[in-house]
Amino acid sequence: MTATLDREVVVTGSDAMTMPDGRVVPVRSVPSGERRRRFLRFVAKHAILIAVSAMFMVPIAFVVLTSLMTDQEALSTTIWPSSFQWSNYSQVFAEVPFLRWTFNTFLIAILGTIGTVVSSVPPAYALSRMRWKGRTVTFWFIIATMMLPFQVTVISLYIIFVRLGWVPGMLPLIVPAFFGDAFSIFLLRQFFASIPEELSDAARVDGASEWAIMTKLVIPLAKPAIAAVALFSFLGAWNDFFGPLLYLIENQDLWTIAIGLNEFKGLHHVEANLQMAASVMFMIPAIILFFSAQKVFIEGVTLTGVKG
Amino acid sequence: MTALESVPRREVTPQARRQHRKQMLTVLAFMSPWILGFLIFTLYPMISSLYFSFTRYDLLGKPKWVGLHNYQFMFTQDVDFWLSVRNTLWIVVVAIPIRVVFAILTAMLLVRANKAIKIYRTMFFLPSIAPAVAASLAFVFLLNPVYGPVNQLLSKLGVANPPLWFQDPNWSKPGLVLLGLWGIGDTMIIFLAGLLDVPRQLYEAADIEGAGGWQKFRYITLPMISPVIFFSVITGIIGSFQYFTEAFVTSSQVGGLGAPEGSLLFYATHLYDQGFQSFRMGYASALAWVLLVVTLIFTLLIFRGSKRFVFYQGGMFR
Repeated sequence: MTATLDREVVVTGSDAMTMPDGRVVPVRSVPSGERRRRFLRFVAKHAILIAVSAMFMVPIAFVVLTSLMTDQEALSTTIWPSSFQWSNYSQVFAEVPFLRWTFNTFLIAILGTIGTVVSSVPPAYALSRMRWKGRTVTFWFIIATMMLPFQVTVISLYIIFVRLGWVPGMLPLIVPAFFGDAFSIFLLRQFFASIPEELSDAARVDGASEWAIMTKLVIPLAKPAIAAVALFSFLGAWNDFFGPLLYLIENQDLWTIAIGLNEFKGLHHVEANLQMAASVMFMIPAIILFFSAQKVFIEGVTLTGVKG
Repeated sequence: MTALESVPRREVTPQARRQHRKQMLTVLAFMSPWILGFLIFTLYPMISSLYFSFTRYDLLGKPKWVGLHNYQFMFTQDVDFWLSVRNTLWIVVVAIPIRVVFAILTAMLLVRANKAIKIYRTMFFLPSIAPAVAASLAFVFLLNPVYGPVNQLLSKLGVANPPLWFQDPNWSKPGLVLLGLWGIGDTMIIFLAGLLDVPRQLYEAADIEGAGGWQKFRYITLPMISPVIFFSVITGIIGSFQYFTEAFVTSSQVGGLGAPEGSLLFYATHLYDQGFQSFRMGYASALAWVLLVVTLIFTLLIFRGSKRFVFYQGGMFR
């Protein structure tokens, strides 16, 4: 599915023509009644769009507003804080080890991302740029493994990691990332396959090894796809709750933000305002990443049908 | 570089064979991270969990073989199993259709691409980026029966007894549905791509024939996006059986696993409880294998049924 999501000019049947800036171009020959109808339709459509956007934004606004309330206000019917308690944000660091949680989350997410990229690029290369018997079957097999419910492996993996003495610890969350991720291999393969084959063939004639072709030719051309894979695996690890819940919960020093937030209530007696302030800080890196790479992100979702 | 298997056998020179061997070794080397990962982190754990599913195992002693007892217990005695299956099926039957309809509607609002639409698209999509834990916590507050803004609004609108949401077993799942709709962004984007893939000429032809808006939707849009609908329903069903974080976090904020009154005990949370809180590793493995079989059935539907039931303009992976 490779639709262009940013078509600039769209003509929809007999309807008005919409220009890139959103203007509905009036055509001279259109009677004024028709023109009024078009204008009303334009207003109605944007009214709906604004209303729906508001519905999507209200929860975020509510979280931000609550994070700026006093603790009494947060547990009352107040919607707008009487004065903005910016100190709530520094309070979070004072009352819970938020800095430690952030560090742990970053560490796991960054090492996991490096592992995923490093271990997924070569298989994706072999599956798209080299010709061998069984290649298609292997590719479909890898896609099929994406459908496996994680529960069917997680119990035995937990037992293995416990026996290795890795629980509680970060290793069970980091080490498997270095052994190829089906979703990332799939996404990279789709992109690698779109690079013209002639380029590789020319390099092969010159005697270049497959490794050289991959590192010097394909990887530089596939930067957007690699960025998408890195983005998805970073966000996946950043947002992950189940993995840290299994492997880190018993050692408070290893908690990630996701775990800490859920345990907030136990650590601090229902300080809703601080919990919301911590939630805002938890969301910010994800949102910054999204805005800095929106195009990569949306195309990645479109290509694969899955979010990381 | 032609496929070597197509070359007649007697013409294969030792040199070509050596070349072929070298090529296969290179392929193996490139594939090795995935092959090792598959053997160590997928295949072996799968097989050993199949073995555990026939045992009683609490992680401390040795696994004790009990034959089919775990499966028998699951289907005939474990009331929580059936409760979790019912709750999960509720999600499948109620939440997935609502999600799909909502995703189509929001995507249709965004079909006309221009600069202003891009801003709307960003706003529609943004919530799906929010970490599941943060989103769940936000909704527990948002839907708080007493001081949550949703119920305040409902009382102002004259609703006498607004729902108690996550405090009420009848309203807790609808609360999760709202949470899911808020994060519809990724599904919506897939539908948006599907809608933009519909050839414009079809609508133009329909206009010439004098078709109305509903007719165009019913006879052009709907059939053309049927593969996307099929895909998202099946992946939605598979996802429902693995639905964990939102259910776990909301429950734990309002009382504990499955709270209120077991209404948020889903298949995956039940499995977590059995395996990692009660340490019934054998029984949890049996639950996982039943889950695997259910998932396999639906996956086969994707690979086989999609060709028969839906209209494909191109193919699944273009």
